[in-house]
Amino acid sequence: MNRRHLLKMGGAALLSAGVSGRLYAAPAGGPRFLLVFLRGGYDSTNLLIPYSSSFYYEARPNIAIAKPQAGSNTGALALDGDWALAPAVRDTIGTLYAQRQVAFIPFAGTDDLTRSHFETQDSIELGQPIGAGRNFRSGFLGRLSDTLVAGSAAAGGSGASDATASISFTDALPLAFEGNATVPNLSLKNVGKPPFDARQAAILSDMYAGHHLQSAVRDGLELRQEVAQTFADEMNAANRNAINTKGFELEAERMGKLMRDKYRIGFIDVGGWDTHVNEGGAEGTLATNLSSLGRGLQVFSQSLGAEWNNTVVVVLSEFGRTFRENGNRGTDHGHGTVYWILGGSVNGGTIRGEQQRLARGTLFQDRDYAVLNDYRSVLGGLFHSLWDLSPTQLGRVFQDAPPVDLKLV
Amino acid sequence: MTIHTTACQFEGPLPAGVLASEAAGEAARAPAIALAIALAIALALLAGGCAAPGGSQVAAPPPRATAAALPVLRREDALWLERVNFGLDSASVADYQRLGRVRYLERQLQPQDAALPAPIAAEIGALEVTHSDPKEWLADLNAQYKVINAMPDGPDKEAARKTLNDRGNRLGYEAVRRDLLRAVYSTSQLEEQMVWFWQNHFSVFQYKANLRWLVGDYAEHAIRPHVFGHFRDLVMATLEHPAMLQYLDNNQNAAGHINENYARELMELHTLGVGGGYTQQDVQNLARVLTGVGVNAGDAPKLKPELQRLYVRHGAFEFNPARHDFGAKTLLGHPVEGHGFDEVEHAVALIVAQPACARFVSRQLATYFIADNPPPALVERMAQTFMHTDGDIAAVLRTMLLAREFNAALGGKFKDPMRFVVSAVRYAYDGRPIYNTRPMLNWLNSLGEGPYNHQTPDGYPLTELNWASAGQMSRRFEIARSIGSGNAGLFDPEDGKAAAATGFPQLSNRLYFEAVEPFLAAHTKDALNRANSQQEWNTFLLAAPDFNYE
Repeated sequence: MNRRHLLKMGGAALLSAGVSGRLYAAPAGGPRFLLVFLRGGYDSTNLLIPYSSSFYYEARPNIAIAKPQAGSNTGALALDGDWALAPAVRDTIGTLYAQRQVAFIPFAGTDDLTRSHFETQDSIELGQPIGAGRNFRSGFLGRLSDTLVAGSAAAGGSGASDATASISFTDALPLAFEGNATVPNLSLKNVGKPPFDARQAAILSDMYAGHHLQSAVRDGLELRQEVAQTFADEMNAANRNAINTKGFELEAERMGKLMRDKYRIGFIDVGGWDTHVNEGGAEGTLATNLSSLGRGLQVFSQSLGAEWNNTVVVVLSEFGRTFRENGNRGTDHGHGTVYWILGGSVNGGTIRGEQQRLARGTLFQDRDYAVLNDYRSVLGGLFHSLWDLSPTQLGRVFQDAPPVDLKLV
Repeated sequence: MTIHTTACQFEGPLPAGVLASEAAGEAARAPAIALAIALAIALALLAGGCAAPGGSQVAAPPPRATAAALPVLRREDALWLERVNFGLDSASVADYQRLGRVRYLERQLQPQDAALPAPIAAEIGALEVTHSDPKEWLADLNAQYKVINAMPDGPDKEAARKTLNDRGNRLGYEAVRRDLLRAVYSTSQLEEQMVWFWQNHFSVFQYKANLRWLVGDYAEHAIRPHVFGHFRDLVMATLEHPAMLQYLDNNQNAAGHINENYARELMELHTLGVGGGYTQQDVQNLARVLTGVGVNAGDAPKLKPELQRLYVRHGAFEFNPARHDFGAKTLLGHPVEGHGFDEVEHAVALIVAQPACARFVSRQLATYFIADNPPPALVERMAQTFMHTDGDIAAVLRTMLLAREFNAALGGKFKDPMRFVVSAVRYAYDGRPIYNTRPMLNWLNSLGEGPYNHQTPDGYPLTELNWASAGQMSRRFEIARSIGSGNAGLFDPEDGKAAAATGFPQLSNRLYFEAVEPFLAAHTKDALNRANSQQEWNTFLLAAPDFNYE
């Protein structure tokens, strides 16, 4: 049985196995999915560089990244005859790409055309058809959770307790996780000792009995306790082997451990991508952010251990940025962007999805990447592969968006 | 980040919790336990289990004679006052009982000069930020940057950079300290709420560029004077402030080098809202109108004679006609009148006169003050007031705060972290001056609502959805514990100065018996009865649904 087959089978096994509760271990081998949301609209054109396009170099006289040099160990890394990877992630994401554990999907995104960060982030997280009224209590990861609950219950599993093995590694619960099943959230920046003993926690919970925050209060108190316990044990056990990490890398390492042991669906967001001014090229603001992200994802892959082979990470952002640089050596809000797909068993080492030649005449509205790969169809296709969801189940997650199978796993 | 939540339509079935909370409201309205019994319980508790340091806080109930002549506070009065203020303190309750709702509100809409206790006023007067001149600071800052950049790399350069950076941090913190002291102690509580609301509506992020030098002045001179004034003046004041111009990059916006960042957010976030009837073309045209609007702390530019009369400058704000695009422009279907900076004034007047602006601003206000999904009919009445009064904010607030729907929604609004932290400190110390505001700032940061700390220009969200997740509730309870368990560092010396006094959170105070205890839900009373110490009792009360909803 090859790795890829195992990843797909894990889904079926999971749905029938049953888990005792959200705060308990997910079964080994079950598929895991992490969504990394880059808030602010990262400049994908300087991550996945269309180096065969002379128009790229004309449009970005100050911030273009130089063409890859054959045989060089620095600078942009050629991925094929058209695309190169930013130097900032060469040693991290580039290494994973060489191991065929990363794929990129350029020309990806949404049909939301507001070019507003907030509007587009909301519409992506909600994942509902554009134009209809919005239901802010229903995000696509929430619906995915709910769908897995229902599927598990139908297959004789323990239903609700199963499919809530979802977590958001954020201070606030993102819209993406709004849904029927309550999903707990906890930022992993600090994971110190919890301040309440069992008696106090029970009294606090009791005050919210029958209140609509009842489960949020109970989950919050439990999760805090559990996470503190997890990392206290690991610190005691593994000091001799400690990886010296900080910032996003430290969070990513902790995320990896929690997803290895307990959770199936995760979410994290990373900010600081709105580079209107002095974006930089091979070095500078964007490169620094990409470098930190790349290191974090690499640490995440390592801390998952063998479960990395059962894990898929999708990195996305609300939109791309203008193809041309603006008057301030930065870029403004654009449209199509580049999604990243990572995992131990993904069909990596390739650029996936519909593409087009990048030239002056092919820009969307003469300013941006077009969207040729609708995110709902792409993610729907991915979820279908991971969990073997039926068309009806997929329709619940992404209404009116037929899945497209890009053979990502 | 879901500031547009108010525009949504909830399509799904009503969550069960909605019914539950209404039921809880009913229970709280019922006269559950007679005051005498409650008093006896509370006294027994105080006498039995209090482990508070010093012992002095375990006192007999406060005298009630002075309140005897005043009308008994009803639940809706307590909640109305809590909502209009940053929570209750004894002084505001007394004012309200003396004046009644309508006169109390009129008083609030005309802020008093002497709204602060003398020690707090003195403390604020002593802050460097209170005597700010952003133009001088920016000029000084630019000069220092020049010196530092010319230094050879090494420890001296690093030290100089650090000194400058520390000063920026201190000025940014002083702005926060002033805001927090006023929020806790000012008797013009509605003014403080509105300063916070508008600061958040026109949000800037202190860690971008040199904004730490500017946020204090921004709050004091762009926001505060206009919180009850005409909306257009408020928009113009923020538009002409170097903090906003740098934050949204308009200081970089020039003819031939268009930067549309501010133009977009000015319509999307400040005035019309997404779906407010503007197009990408309007964004680009407004960006052209705004070319040349920028910041200059140095000498005036040398201009051709025909441009000199179009040059505008006050403080560090500058309109430089040499950077302006003088071509014809259309905005929202109208030609933009004027030639130079008056184009900007005309464009802003045109934008704020749109019904979409009246509705968007009214809905934001109603979402903050009334409910996550405010009653559409009331929002429309507020918008009508807005349109009929040329955007008179005080008039819109009057329409809102005296509305029947406002009363009906009381008790259902979840406190955002700012309201939670400020109301807890107001309640716990009830007018007694605290000294150190850093713990409050730490609590706000930890709950994700640090002042001037929202990186993106949408400001902090106004709805429960964004503040009451599992992780946020447990964090909030930890802070309730910090506030309830002792002085929490609020009386520690700040910046090396000596502390004057110390304190202990007095939650079982007169305010409790008059305005809190009579309306507590049964579950909360049960929890308070199970407390083993005064500290626990305080913690449970601050963590209770009764305290976290208003």
